[in-house]
Amino acid sequence: MNIVVCLKQVPGTTKVNIDPQTNTLVRQGIKNIVNPFDTYALEEGVRIKERYEGKVTAISMGPPQAEEALREVISTGADEAILLSDSAFAGADTLATSHTLARAINKLKQYDIIICGRQTIDGDTGQVGPELAEMLGIPFVAYVSKIEEIDNGYMRVKRMVEDGHEVIETPLPTVITVVKEINVPRLPSLRGLAKARSAVIPIWTAQELGVDKNMVGLSGSATRVIRVFFPQRVHHGEILQGDLESQANSLIDKLREAKIISGS
Amino acid sequence: MEYFLNEQQKTLKSLARRIAEERILPVRAELDEREEFPWGIMKDLAEADIFRIFIPEEYEGLGGGCFELCLAVEELSRVCSGVAVSYAASALGSFPLLEYGTEEQKQKYLPDIASGKRLAAFALTEPTAGSDASAIKTTAERVKGGYVINGTKQFITNGGEAEIYTVIALTDKARGARGASAFLVEKDTPGFSFGKKEKKMGIRASSTRELVFRNCLVPEENIIGKEGMGFIVTLRLLDRSRPGIGAQAVGLAQGALEAAVDYARKRIQFGHPIISLPVVQNMLADMATNVEAARALTYAVARTIDSGAKKFTEEAAMAKVFASDTAMKVATDAVQIFGGVGYMRDYPIEKMMRDAKITQIYEGSNEVLRSTIAFELRKRKARRE
Repeated sequence: MNIVVCLKQVPGTTKVNIDPQTNTLVRQGIKNIVNPFDTYALEEGVRIKERYEGKVTAISMGPPQAEEALREVISTGADEAILLSDSAFAGADTLATSHTLARAINKLKQYDIIICGRQTIDGDTGQVGPELAEMLGIPFVAYVSKIEEIDNGYMRVKRMVEDGHEVIETPLPTVITVVKEINVPRLPSLRGLAKARSAVIPIWTAQELGVDKNMVGLSGSATRVIRVFFPQRVHHGEILQGDLESQANSLIDKLREAKIISGS
Repeated sequence: MEYFLNEQQKTLKSLARRIAEERILPVRAELDEREEFPWGIMKDLAEADIFRIFIPEEYEGLGGGCFELCLAVEELSRVCSGVAVSYAASALGSFPLLEYGTEEQKQKYLPDIASGKRLAAFALTEPTAGSDASAIKTTAERVKGGYVINGTKQFITNGGEAEIYTVIALTDKARGARGASAFLVEKDTPGFSFGKKEKKMGIRASSTRELVFRNCLVPEENIIGKEGMGFIVTLRLLDRSRPGIGAQAVGLAQGALEAAVDYARKRIQFGHPIISLPVVQNMLADMATNVEAARALTYAVARTIDSGAKKFTEEAAMAKVFASDTAMKVATDAVQIFGGVGYMRDYPIEKMMRDAKITQIYEGSNEVLRSTIAFELRKRKARRE
């Protein structure tokens, strides 16, 4: 079983600055972490490997410092890690990111299950997983909360939907995104930490991936960030006065006015 | 203080701290309240390779020694010494095997202990044999192909939870202490069962239980060392394990000290934090000084042992006595600094005081160990060393 886990290094804080020129995050000088949702993806990959045997390859696109994130996931069970890094990849939106990841996964040739976190905590779009599946031309299941069985080229998973669960059977290879309910990620092990210290993490550049430079980075992005701002906080709290019955009546009126409830 | 840890030791210390803070801290009060064995945490420790540190590399360990064990035990005890002792007891149970076991025995048992798949335990104490270990009554009678064990062991840490037990029993009653031997007994061996589970004052997450042997046949190849070596094995084992109790006490005292400093900075009385009161400052200063002294002594003894020293009975006793007396004093003073709330079970500090007491009692009571130290002093003077 060849398992690929895609992950991203993200700022470990919400106190970030935005570059006024590019309207993107200033990533220098802040402590970075592995995107928390991706740690569930990695853990699930490692559990599949432990259950069915195989290999877990972690892939991340990012600046050279993203190597730290890849070393960290080696300490918690990834067998190999590859960093996709090139100045041409900078400023990528989800489309350009997915394109780059898809090229890297194609270059790996052998893959059965590709696991991503449901979304990142910096971009929050949740688009890379599904886009990746589209570009690879393979099935996709979002919000997986349990992998029930993998057998004979098929995988049965449970996914979370708004009003319950769905159980889906999908042929392999397939891409899934996982939710935090799926597992409790393990802590690093001493042997894993030793392995992480000495691991050689190859860097694949645009040239090695053979990508068209117009398909990656800022030039491959279909979206442009025009403006980034903190939403203004508006406090609309109101304290209703009077006895209980008049308070209840006035609350009902207000809810009706706001079209939250209907009827008379 | 700079203790000159190497890279691996620093990694071990920080990983043990992370496990303690992320996995033990959220559940320690509940484990204490429910007297529940911390299997979930044992699994975390196993996955993190923490059981491998005291096992040689050829048996799937990481080849550390007494010092590495002390670092791990200290960090775990800083948060919960009940959990720490459950871990440390597995090391205690495997030391006789490490030092006196045959190659076959080591190959058979050590890899499972290293991976944390199976816990070990050591069984010496009996109702009539505490400080006077030579008063044990459990017997191991030689029969064809093995030994038949009969008797009851008391207060056995990890009893019922461990799968590999090192049991001391008399193979020759007439020879007293020289007639004892050590045996490996696996859980589920016919004739081996568990008795009363003790309800304790402290370290309540750990399991302390009776072991009952009724015509329990163990194969001949399960003897550790030779017949009659039981007490030699035991004395060597306890010399080697006592710094571990020192580390448990140091970790506990460190946890209590940190909690006391934190509370004293926040607690306002007479318009100021109580840490600005000289009487509180004096207490905290003495606590901190003693904790550091206990740590320095414990580390020094553990490193002496790992350096290959032949004899370290006196030093090991000193580390255990000094650190455990420190833990008791520091935990008691920490409760005093907390005042009324310190006495309440809503705060972790009363648990630390309850947990501290056992360190002065087990693995050689401090009274017995002081006489051990004095005996060594006297012997040395007589030899004019």
